[in-house]
Amino acid sequence: MDLEYGPEYDDFRNEVTSFIKDNENVKIVGPVRSESRVAWQQKLIDNGYFARSIPKEYGGYGGDMDIIKLRIIAEEFAKSPIPKPMGGQGIQMLVPTILELGTEEQKQAYVRPTLRGDMIWCQGYSEPNSGSDLASLQTKGELDGSEWVINGQKIWTSTAHLSQMCFILVRTEPDAPKHQGISYLLMPMDTPGIDRRPIKQMTGDSDFNELFLTDVRIPAANIIGKRGEGWKVANATLGHERGSLADPNATMNRFNSLVNLMKGETVDGERIIDKPVFRDRLLKIQGRIVAQQSNSLRILSSQINKGQDTSMARFITKLQGTELRHDLEGLAIDAMGEIGTLYEDSPHLRDKGAWQMSYMYFLGLIIGGGTSQIQKNIISERGLGMPKEPKVQGA
Amino acid sequence: MYFGLSEEQKSLEESITKYLEASAPLETIKAIVDGDAEKAKTIHQGLVDLGISGLMVPELYGGLELDTLFAAVVSGALGAGTAPSPFIGAYVMAPLALSLAGKDDQKDNWLPKIAGGDAVIGIGLSEYVGAREDAGVNFSEGKISGRSLFVIDGKNADAYILANKSGQLFLVDANTKGIEVTNLTTVDKTRDSIELILKDVNAELLPGSEKDLSTTNKMVDTGRLMLSADTVGASQIMLDKSVAYSLERKQFGRAIGSFQAVKHMCAEMTAELEPCHSMVWHAAHCQDNIEEEAREMACHLKAHVAEVGQQVSKTSIEVHGGMGFTDEMGLHYWFKRIGLNRQLLGSPELVREEVAKLQGFDQILIKKDN
Repeated sequence: MDLEYGPEYDDFRNEVTSFIKDNENVKIVGPVRSESRVAWQQKLIDNGYFARSIPKEYGGYGGDMDIIKLRIIAEEFAKSPIPKPMGGQGIQMLVPTILELGTEEQKQAYVRPTLRGDMIWCQGYSEPNSGSDLASLQTKGELDGSEWVINGQKIWTSTAHLSQMCFILVRTEPDAPKHQGISYLLMPMDTPGIDRRPIKQMTGDSDFNELFLTDVRIPAANIIGKRGEGWKVANATLGHERGSLADPNATMNRFNSLVNLMKGETVDGERIIDKPVFRDRLLKIQGRIVAQQSNSLRILSSQINKGQDTSMARFITKLQGTELRHDLEGLAIDAMGEIGTLYEDSPHLRDKGAWQMSYMYFLGLIIGGGTSQIQKNIISERGLGMPKEPKVQGA
Repeated sequence: MYFGLSEEQKSLEESITKYLEASAPLETIKAIVDGDAEKAKTIHQGLVDLGISGLMVPELYGGLELDTLFAAVVSGALGAGTAPSPFIGAYVMAPLALSLAGKDDQKDNWLPKIAGGDAVIGIGLSEYVGAREDAGVNFSEGKISGRSLFVIDGKNADAYILANKSGQLFLVDANTKGIEVTNLTTVDKTRDSIELILKDVNAELLPGSEKDLSTTNKMVDTGRLMLSADTVGASQIMLDKSVAYSLERKQFGRAIGSFQAVKHMCAEMTAELEPCHSMVWHAAHCQDNIEEEAREMACHLKAHVAEVGQQVSKTSIEVHGGMGFTDEMGLHYWFKRIGLNRQLLGSPELVREEVAKLQGFDQILIKKDN
């Protein structure tokens, strides 16, 4: 057991902290794709703090794949209020997919603008009748000469209203078994025939959309991998999404805000944190976070030291992390009492309503990316080797 | 950076697991619970032969002087095997107390005997952690009087190390006049529990504990860590048994493990328990290497693992249906052991209150505006 990164990394950490110090006054103005956002993203890439191991010819930094350096960057950026690198589905899912399975032309065309934050992507996977059973999706793609013609409907399409491109799963081989008839296509969002309708969420925001696709024509070359192998392509990078939803170190930062809230919040003049029942709930949550931090150290270790098996430690992180975060935000609301139900621009609102917002948002994350129940199926079937439920005849 | 067990730690764990599987199967544990003291002695000796008594004793006194993680690994394997053997008090907390706070003749006298498996020292810290009833010991002019409950590994011990309410530690030879030992019958019959009643018994202070609480606190931390490791080991076995049973047992024409309700019970147990293994390692590592985090980690571990252990031990019996409730299946031995571990050295609520105070959550830091 050795939790030290080693002295050879001290210089690197110093390098990162001095970059952060030199840039602590950087301000990003405007929405996504604003000039200052893209410039900052490019600066992070140029210095190796983002897209670190992606080759230079595709717009990355072209550095080594050193997990500890990535960890140090994440640790130091988390401590500082400077703007963080952009994420999003294009960067987290599409880029690794193209780098792994795309053609040279596709790599040249899409990776650089995506990394710079100048090309925003949305993900066309879910359909109204294909949520957990994603492989049953029905949106059709038919080859007509040199073009795919797409017809159907997608739902839960995050950021579709901001996106230039969509990576979409469509059924191209209607007669093949359901997992083998799907293709992975890249669809420009300004193509005629795409109708986007925002879905208003319980938070009051609209992060998601429905897409109605009527005779949408895109070039035949916009396919990743082979016809009918889209399921394999999508699965190659699906794991990236699940891992990113539940970072216990971010949860611990949030916990520290909760402690501050409970120190400041009073009822009849007594601090909430001094009330034993609230305090016990607080400490229970802290214990769960500490357990997950230990779990994540084990996963980190397996990335550095080949041969360490942490598959079970990985299967559980999405389930544990999102449920924990929902409980944490829920405690904050209970600590505030009636004040905790205030929202939007109400008087007496604490922290701009962020607790209520997160309480609802994390309920969404418990469902999105595979519900908690689906996660439990994954843990029991893939992790513990328990049998699947028998299939219903004809399904 | 490497977060995990070393090859040596894994191999020690494996050797203890294999020994207990071969020498202390459930039938043997049942016989011991029914009073077969000879079998318990044999198993204890077998474990001593594998090295459990010398783990924490300094090399100078004939021990192996290994780190806390080694001891945690052993404790986990003993919990998994419901081993009816002294360990946490006698071989972890006692050598810690003596080597950190003992004077030379105390060390010379006891540490080699501990290392060789020739002496068992019971540890009474309950009254320091949180006294129940009228328990507590007082020391004055070389004599100790009072009452100490739940002395860990105290039955048939050769000596006791007891803490008073303020955390000073006293060494008492078990053969000294004035000691009355009463058996306490707990739910967990795989380990003995006793109460000590002392009337003007000759006792020696461990001098390093007179003004400095660090040794006593380290004993509490390490004891909590070992109890947690025991619970995690026991819980993992209960989970493994549940999964195995669910694949065998058929109802409505199929294995019950194919029902989502049963699968989800097993998945929930796994999701809670899996991080606990890492948490035990992490807390053990902090004990030896990251002093500033050691106490908080030990507290969080004790409280969190107690909750997870309770959930896993309850749920795995449910997975077994009616059979889970029987003595034949024997799941209750683990269930009860986990139940005792939960209370020893502080229930979850007590320990969480302690870690709240360690972090200064109880200090009024805000000022009213008016």
